[in-house]
Amino acid sequence: MRDLLPRWIYLPAAVGAVFVALPVLAMFSSVSWRTLPELITSEASVSALLLSLRTSATATLLCLLVGIPMAMVLARSRSRLVTALRPVVLLPLVLPPVVAGIALLYTFGRRGLLGSTFEAFGVQIAFSTTAVVLAQTFVALPFLVLSLEGALRTSGVSYEAVAASLGASPTLTLRRVTLPTVAPAIAAGAVLAFARALGEFGATITFAGSLQGITRTMPLEIYLQRETDPDAAIALSIVLVLVAVAVIGIAARRVRT
Amino acid sequence: MRRALAAASLVAVLSGCSPQPSPDTTVFAASSLKPAFEQLAALLEQEDGTAEVAFNFAGSADLVAQIQQGARADVLATADESTMTAAGLPATTIFATNTMTIVVPADNPGDVQTLSDLADPDLLVVVCAPQVPCGAATVRVEDASGVDIATDSEEGSVADVLGKVRSGQADAGVVYTSDVATAGSDVRGIDIPQAVNTVNRYPIAVLGDDPLARRFVDLVLSEQGRAVMRDAGFGLP
Repeated sequence: MRDLLPRWIYLPAAVGAVFVALPVLAMFSSVSWRTLPELITSEASVSALLLSLRTSATATLLCLLVGIPMAMVLARSRSRLVTALRPVVLLPLVLPPVVAGIALLYTFGRRGLLGSTFEAFGVQIAFSTTAVVLAQTFVALPFLVLSLEGALRTSGVSYEAVAASLGASPTLTLRRVTLPTVAPAIAAGAVLAFARALGEFGATITFAGSLQGITRTMPLEIYLQRETDPDAAIALSIVLVLVAVAVIGIAARRVRT
Repeated sequence: MRRALAAASLVAVLSGCSPQPSPDTTVFAASSLKPAFEQLAALLEQEDGTAEVAFNFAGSADLVAQIQQGARADVLATADESTMTAAGLPATTIFATNTMTIVVPADNPGDVQTLSDLADPDLLVVVCAPQVPCGAATVRVEDASGVDIATDSEEGSVADVLGKVRSGQADAGVVYTSDVATAGSDVRGIDIPQAVNTVNRYPIAVLGDDPLARRFVDLVLSEQGRAVMRDAGFGLP
């Protein structure tokens, strides 16, 4: 197939690609490979990685539970209210994570809007793994919603209309027509949400705190290690990059086939 | 939408290219020094209309790392001697000392009275991580007193500890005495007995040969400077 792109466009595209790739390469080039195994298998590192994987998976699950319905309402509802609310729902996308953390603090914090209610039921969110998951879900949710909403809009409603005309109930239509159609978009959105949750730092450190095995995820561990042991910080960064690349790589293959 | 994007990118380009007015001298200082140093800089600028002091307040380890990565600093003041040693600076002067104190929200919801109360696992207690100077000092207090603080979070800086106590998220925290002195009425301090307390010594050094940097350090070390440091809750060497 003939290349339809103008040739000059490859230049800015290459500049952009180098801009993104170079810092990662620079990091790889400054790793002390000899001490790497020792640095990444320390108790603190392993505990941070496991916590990160666990919380990010839980956050992704929560994102799927509420994000799929949110995307459907946003894509299909004609209500003015929904249109008006759309920017609010997508707010975490543009909010600085630290601000997200402060907002969560004033909502789920012990003296926050809902915090005292939770405390009354004996649920303690402050400085718990739950707080980490809440922070991650908050920042990751729009990624899932946005990618799924786009897919739903693109796919249109013609198949659903046919199913309805044949007598299928809305729930049956959803289950047998809509969801299978947008399954790849759901998977892609879930991967984006997982990757975002994995990298979450600002909201977590502001809202959840930092304690090994409880709230100290990989980004927080990296930030702390940097204080005293830059080599360990780089080693852990490499692990996080590899995990993220692996997740995205696997998902990209799944979505394509 | 397209116009908004164009406008946004224009703003980004303009702000990136506009020449920054270069300050006369740049002071890198530990976060805990912010209130006192800003006051001293105002004094200096008042005295000499052309003088301009710019600050970079951050954790001591961060400051040293930034300088090692090539950041331009004329004065460095850190919260402990080990970070200063790490910066490889020979001519340093100790200009202030700081002890540790317990900080609680003004209404003291956890009813904290003494250091040993912090061992209660039901209380939410936040401290600095051992990797940063305020955390290392907290560990020394734990060692000296034999109190094993039941920590719920190890923060990266005093500001983070203070923030979590101020918001009521935590029942108590351990910070520098000077931090409580300038923290306002949302929090209050509970003294840690001198016998088990630890003293952090703050070194200051001039990097390079900027005359204004020298004058700033002289002011810090002067009687006037010592009075400002004392009012900000620091001890004096």
